[in-house]
Formats: sequence, structure tokens, C-alpha cells
Amino acid sequence: MLTFQEIVMRLKAYWARQGCIIQEPFDCEVGAGTMCPETFLRVLGSEPYNVAYVQPSRRPADGRYGENPNRLYKHMQLQVILKPAPEDVVDLYLKSLEEIGIDLSQHDCKLEEDNWESPTLGAWGVGWQVMLDGLEITQFTYFQQCGGLDLDVVPAELTYGLERLAAFIQDVESVYDIRWNDRWTYADVRLADEEQYSAYNFEEADVGFVWDEFNLHEAECKRLMERYASELAPLERRRFPLLAAFDQTLKCSHLFNTLQARGAISVTERAQVIQRVRNLAVAVAKAWVDQQRFLAGEAA
Amino acid sequence: MSDLLLEVGTEEIPARLVPGAMRDLEKRFRSALRELDLECGGQISVDATPRRLALVAEGLPDRQRDRSETLTGPSKQIAFDADGNPTRAAVGFARKAGVAVEELELGDDGKLALQRTIAGQRTHDLLARVLPDMVLGVRFPRSMHWMGKGSPRFIRPIRWLVALLDGNVVPVELAGVRSGNITWGHRRLGAGPITVNSAEEYRSGLRANAVLLSAESRASKIVADAEALLPAGCKLRRNERLLQTLVFETEHPTAILGSFDESYLDLPEEVLETVMLVHQKYFAVEDSSGAMANRFVAIANSGSDADGVIRRGHERVLRARFNDARFFWEFDQRSTLSDRLEELKAVTFQASLGSYWSKTESNLEAVAHLNEALSVDASDATSALRAVRLAKTDLTTEMVGEFPELQGKIGGLYAVAQGESPEVADAIYDHYLPAGSSDPIPRSLVGRVVSLADKLATLGGMFRIGLMPTGSRDPLALRRAAFGVIRIVVETSLAVSLDRLVEIASAGENAPKLRDFFLDRLRFWLQDVDGHAADSVQAVLAASDTVPVDVLARARALAEVRHTPDLEALAVSFKRIRNILEQSGTAGSLDGAKLDLALLEGGAEMDLHASLQPVAAKIAECNAERDYGTSLRAIATLRPALDRYFDDVLVMAEDEAVRRNRLVFLASMLRALSTIADFSLIDAGPAAAQSS
Repeated sequence: MLTFQEIVMRLKAYWARQGCIIQEPFDCEVGAGTMCPETFLRVLGSEPYNVAYVQPSRRPADGRYGENPNRLYKHMQLQVILKPAPEDVVDLYLKSLEEIGIDLSQHDCKLEEDNWESPTLGAWGVGWQVMLDGLEITQFTYFQQCGGLDLDVVPAELTYGLERLAAFIQDVESVYDIRWNDRWTYADVRLADEEQYSAYNFEEADVGFVWDEFNLHEAECKRLMERYASELAPLERRRFPLLAAFDQTLKCSHLFNTLQARGAISVTERAQVIQRVRNLAVAVAKAWVDQQRFLAGEAA
Repeated sequence: MSDLLLEVGTEEIPARLVPGAMRDLEKRFRSALRELDLECGGQISVDATPRRLALVAEGLPDRQRDRSETLTGPSKQIAFDADGNPTRAAVGFARKAGVAVEELELGDDGKLALQRTIAGQRTHDLLARVLPDMVLGVRFPRSMHWMGKGSPRFIRPIRWLVALLDGNVVPVELAGVRSGNITWGHRRLGAGPITVNSAEEYRSGLRANAVLLSAESRASKIVADAEALLPAGCKLRRNERLLQTLVFETEHPTAILGSFDESYLDLPEEVLETVMLVHQKYFAVEDSSGAMANRFVAIANSGSDADGVIRRGHERVLRARFNDARFFWEFDQRSTLSDRLEELKAVTFQASLGSYWSKTESNLEAVAHLNEALSVDASDATSALRAVRLAKTDLTTEMVGEFPELQGKIGGLYAVAQGESPEVADAIYDHYLPAGSSDPIPRSLVGRVVSLADKLATLGGMFRIGLMPTGSRDPLALRRAAFGVIRIVVETSLAVSLDRLVEIASAGENAPKLRDFFLDRLRFWLQDVDGHAADSVQAVLAASDTVPVDVLARARALAEVRHTPDLEALAVSFKRIRNILEQSGTAGSLDGAKLDLALLEGGAEMDLHASLQPVAAKIAECNAERDYGTSLRAIATLRPALDRYFDDVLVMAEDEAVRRNRLVFLASMLRALSTIADFSLIDAGPAAAQSS
């Protein structure tokens, strides 16, 4: 039986063989692998890019103090971006399942319509949820728009839910019973995170402090974007820290999620805060495309 | 004669969109044939699976018919000089037409003309030209790019294309995919590419590679296999919508019988069924008593499940879902529905209208008014107030968070569990009904009052802030809400006026618009649900649109008699009276004018006047009892007298006093007889008979 880490390693090795860069997790809190610059920024523009990485994804409101066998504050996604989407992308994906010991001729595998949309990122795509014997194991999306921009090239995004997949393969009822390796279980490795972060997000987080943090990161991002919009020398434009500006956006997104889990965002505020984060994401995406064009122009 | 096979191979098309795509493809193909003047002698059939749209047309002609065409050139004066020699204009025309000048003739209109026959083109070539646009033109609500900005759009990527006319490939390129004679079977159960040279080979090739092409066969296989698996005494809970989804989610449907622990049957059936049907797409199973059994049928897109691997997988997922549901149920019982009222302040109803807490306040007000308007007795009135206060609180429960489609129902179930009275619990349970046109109406009067209050307050609130639905945009489903109001009122005979309903809704200055909005729904209900002709509906509404149930009673009475010869003749006479009055230019000035009996002429005029008196009395008597049928039959007896009147009497008499008196008479008669329907709006004759 494959352990959790063997599943991850086999999938990474498989996508490496398909020509993907194997990246390591991004080091800001994100709600989904899609939000990492390796996806959000790289899908913009027409440059090809193939990448795979595991991304711990934090969703404060989904925490259950480690008491629910299937719901987690932080779960692991394997995120694969294939840009442009190759013609045989579905087959490539299905073969990756065979790679982790799932003989599809013995299973019920369906691609059911599931379109994806992220209002905070100004992004949407169409695709499926992949159902394996009735269990959703992957989100498959053809991106259409990102940061409010129509995409020049359509990438395929594959997001594997690693805990679900592992629980399926190991035939266990609770994610905490997943064998991480031969000696330790998922609970040994992660239960403390679930308990403590549930307590933090639902009970302890200091609302005033988190709001302050949100406002500071927003202000920093806005300041950077205003700077980018001003007259810049070529060297300044080339080196302009849009990646740092995007970090600020991600911070805001995560802090917003924390405030929401904490019950600190009122009904009327919610839509406005989403809009504020979206404004940052859209501004960074536009600037990024501009900077890429500038770099291409310099090179030519 | 030739046969066409067209297959568009795609990645998995959303199941809900396949039936529409099939219809649209066939429609587009037929219209392409018409445009190309190709008449199909045989059948055109369209089939589909998640991964293919296939069209087979038998008996296409090999080529278009030849057609003749006349080219017209310059006139004689311009085409020939004084000596009768062709000018440059004539030569130019001939050259353009590709013939020598001598071949041109002079037409009857004095212009140069060339008659020529255009040979029909080969069907093969024509199809090669039109197929790409035809396929890419198939309409989907949300299509996608898969090759980048500016590339073709379709519902999902197109990956292969078969286009064969009598075994020959029709060369077509569609979104970068070239047509050929190669198709593919089931993703996992099929082997490699399949070469096909005819529709017959295509079907058998697919069958051999685990694809059942016909949607109908997949549907019957699903049902037959599922039923065959059930233990004796058990019955499948059929669900057409689920069946349709499964038909278009599978190429090789295989029924799998699974079971779950009996202890889960303690959860409400509503929850179990939602998990199975909606979330997991399983058929529920019932025992011989009609109660839910601890079994389910999943439809896999796979081969047989000899080792039970697939069954165990589905059972595992269902168990996790049921466990969640049980957890939610237990967790939710920690606070009662009344405890949750305060939490509604944090749930948005609509940005400008505030939270569900304010929504509940408006609903309470509406219920108070409705209790009065409908003369609800004291005990029901109290139940309605209690129910409406609690109706929205289930929005704060974990269960509704997980299963939003169960809103209302969960509130009703929790109310029972928490000791609310059955009247209150049922009313909460039913208060979103009716959501669609085939939904049931709330079971009790209390439920109807609560449902009406909820819908009226929503409509009033949205109209008040100017958010009326426009075009196809109706995010809060206001049309459906208004239609629900009309359905409850007319289908359960609630004698309440439209104006009272609008007043209770409290739509501010947009109240007249809300009234019109209700009238539109009432019109739709009368025509499409109760089956009245459009002109009948117009006629009864013109007589009075005040009380919906009364409008319905009159429409039904009218339907009984409208196609009798007497009534149709009356409709003609009434139209005539209306025209006379309009053309006389006396409109309005006749109101209240007194009829001078002395000026009535003996014979037809006096007779009509005499016949009218008892009829008018009868109408007044019957209308008071809502016996509109008898009133209408009484009106119909006037036909002979009316016919004679128009034969013998000249309304627009020379004598001004007589003329005016006749107009006064006709106007008062029209008024007296138009209390049930304005007959002058009814189309008499065969056309009207057909339209009903």
C-alpha cells in the first residue's frame, strides 16, 4: 500500500517526466494552489509554462478542531499547470492515477461539470470535478480569465485533493488515519495544526490586530501599484517588485478569510472587502502583463 | 443517394447540456440542407454520449439539382452603337459572364441577357464547406476557448472528427482538428482507435468498444439493470431528472447495488434522499411498505464490478456523507430555532434590504395583514405568526449550510423535533412552495399565508428599491415568487383582491408596476396552466381584473360557452357596437345620459329593449352568486333580438335626438352585458377556435 508521501512523490515524479518544473510550496498562506504566483501570474501572457507543486491550502472557516474525519483547516493540494493545455491532457491526467496504483478499468471514473470561479482573484474557468467511485478527487479547469484579463493561451489546471486521494487508496475512513509513511500517521503529523488553528481562527484571533494587518498590507500593495504606474526608468521597471506586491494581496486574502471565520465581518462589509482584495489582484495582474511585455521588448 | 456520418468527438460535455445540443445540431443540419437545396430522402438521426455528438443522415442526393439563372446586362441603347455593333459595355458584360457577345440575347425588358444553367454542386463539396460553421454554431449557455484568445469556442474541447459521405471522408477542419474515419471508444474499456467506413460500422465499432451510442438504450439499460439487482420486495425510486443526467454522464452504464447501515435511516428521508439523489446521483430504494430501504443504486461508467471495488467505494463516500449529516443534525439541536433569530442579523437577504432578520420583520407585518385580509381564524393566525417568525432561522444551521436545497424543510423538521405545533412546523416546511410551476401548494392555510407573506414582502421590498427584473435578469427569482402568489391565490380560491395583495407587499411608488407584474403572471397562469385562449383572458380581464379568483371563475364560465354559435355571433355584434360608438365621436358623453323610451322605435328596437330587461336582471342575480355560466347563457339568448336590431335599425339616424338616444341605448347595453367579459375583444370564427 502506498503511503501519503509515496503518493505525493510518485505524482511529482510522473509530472516531472511530463516536462513539468517541480516547484516547492509557496511560502505565503493561500486558500488554494491557484493563488500562488506559479499559477496566478504564470498563466498570464503567452509564454508556455509547465509546473507542479504541492501547496498546503489554508481555509480558516473549514477548520473543525480535528474532530471531523474529512474537513480540514489546512489541506494539501497537488497543483499542476500545463500551459498551453496539451491535446491529450485528460489522458495524461488519467495516467497519473494509474501511476499511484489506481487501475481505472476497475473503477467508476466520471468527469462531471464543475466550473470554477474566484471573485477575489477575478478569475474563472470551465471544467470538471473528477469523480472516482463517487468521490471527488480532482478539480480540472481550463482557465479562461485571470485577474480580470482574458487569457492569451488556455492553460489546464489540475488540483488533486491529496488527503482524499490517500484516504481512498489506503481505504481509511478518516484523513487522520492516513499513513504518512510506515511509522507515522496523518494525525501524528497534522492534528496539532488542526486543533490549534481552529482555536485561533474561531476564538483567539485578535480582530483589531487582524484588521490592522489587513489595512497595512493593502496600503503597501496600493503604494507599490501607484509607484509602478508612475514614470519609471527601464531598470526600475524591469526590477519592479510586483511579486512583492502580489504577496501583499495574498496576505489580505488570507486575513480576510481569518476575519470571516472569526465572525468579524458583517453582512454589508463582506462584499466590499472581497472587492478590495479583487482590486489589488486585478491591478497586480495588469501590471504583471505590462512588465512581461516590457521585458520581451527589451530582449528583442 | 448518399449517407452521411458526422461525429464530433469531444471531452466530457456537461450532462445537462447534451439534450439541447442534440436538438440544436439536428435543427442546424436541417436548415443547412434547406439552404443548400438538398433534400434528404431518408432519416436524420442524432445521438450523443458525454464524449460525442453524432449525426447520421440517410438518402442525401449526390448533388444539388441544376438551376437556371438569368444574368442581366446593359440596355440595347447602351450595348450597341448606331451601326448595331456591340459597344465596350456589351463586350465587357460578355467577358464577365464568360461567353462571346454573339451568345447574348435581348430580353423582353430591352436589356442584354444571358440564360445559363448552373450545374448543382456535389453534396460532398457542399458539406465540406458548411459543416464547420454548423458544428461550431451549436449553442451552449457557457462555451469555452481551449486554444487561446480568438480561437473557436465550444462547450468542451473538440478532439476528433468523423465526417463520411458514403465511406469517403468529407474534408473538414474544425478548430484545428481534421476530419477522418477514425473514432474512439470508451476511455478505459475501449481499445485504441476504431476505423469506420459507414454508419453501420460506426455503431458496431462503438458497441465493441464499450460505448452504447443511443441515449434511449442507455436509459433502458440503467433502469432494467438497476431493477434486476434489487432484492425481492424492494423498489427503485424512479427519478426522471436523475436518469437523464446519468444517461448523459455515461457511455457504458453499469448499475451497482450498495447498502448502508440501517441506523442512518433514523435521519429524515429528506436528508437521505438529497444526499443520494442530488449529491451522489444515486437512486434511492424503498421497501414493500414504501419506506426508504438501506440500499441505493449507483450508475457507474464502467464494466461489471465483479470484486465489489466500485460498490465499496460508493458505500464509503455515502457513509461519510451520512455521518456528516448526522453530525449536523446533532450539532444543530444545541440551539433551538428561536435561539437562532438573533443570528439572522448576520445573514444577508439582499444588499439594500438588509439581513434575514429585517426580512423576518417584513414577513411578520405581511402575515398580520394577510390574516386580516383572508379572515384567518384566531388559532391559525397565531400559528402563522409563529411560523413566519421562525421560518428563516434554519439558514443559520449547519444542515442547511451543507444542503441549501433543503431550506425550509429542515426548519420544519427541526420545529417538530423541538416541540413546535404540527401547524407551525408544516407551515415552515412548506413555505418556499410553490417554487416551480409543477410544485405543490403548501398543504395548510397557515402554510399558504406564510408562503404568501414571504413572497409578497420580497416582491414589495425589491420593487420599492427599484430592482424589478429586466429581460432575462431576475437574480432573486421575482417572477417565480409572483407566480407562486398567483398560484396559491387562484388554485386554493383565496378571495383577495390584487390591490390588497399589492398593498400588503408595500412596494412604495412602484405599486402600480407590481400590480402589472402580478397581472402578467395571472395572464400566463390562465393561458398556460388553465388553458384559456389569449383573447378570452383579455376579455375577462377587461371586464374586471380586481379579484384573481373571480377572474378565473369568469374565464372558466366563458370557456364553456365561447364556441357556441350564439356567443360567437354576439361577439361580432358587440364588436360592431363598439365600433359604432367609437366612430360616433360621443365617447364619454353618453355616460349617465338617460334613455328616452319615447324615442324608441317599434319593432326590432323596442323588442331588443324589452328582451334586455329580464336578461340584465338575471345577470345581476347570477353574478352576485358567481354563477357566471347562467349569466352567459342568458346573454346568449339575446342573439336573435340583436341580429334583428342590426338588420332593421339604422343607429346613425338622420334625426339627431333619435341618433343620440340609440347611442345611449347601445352604450348602456354594452355596459350591462360586459361585467363578465368584454365580448368585443373575443375573436369569433374558426381562427379563434383554433387558437384556444
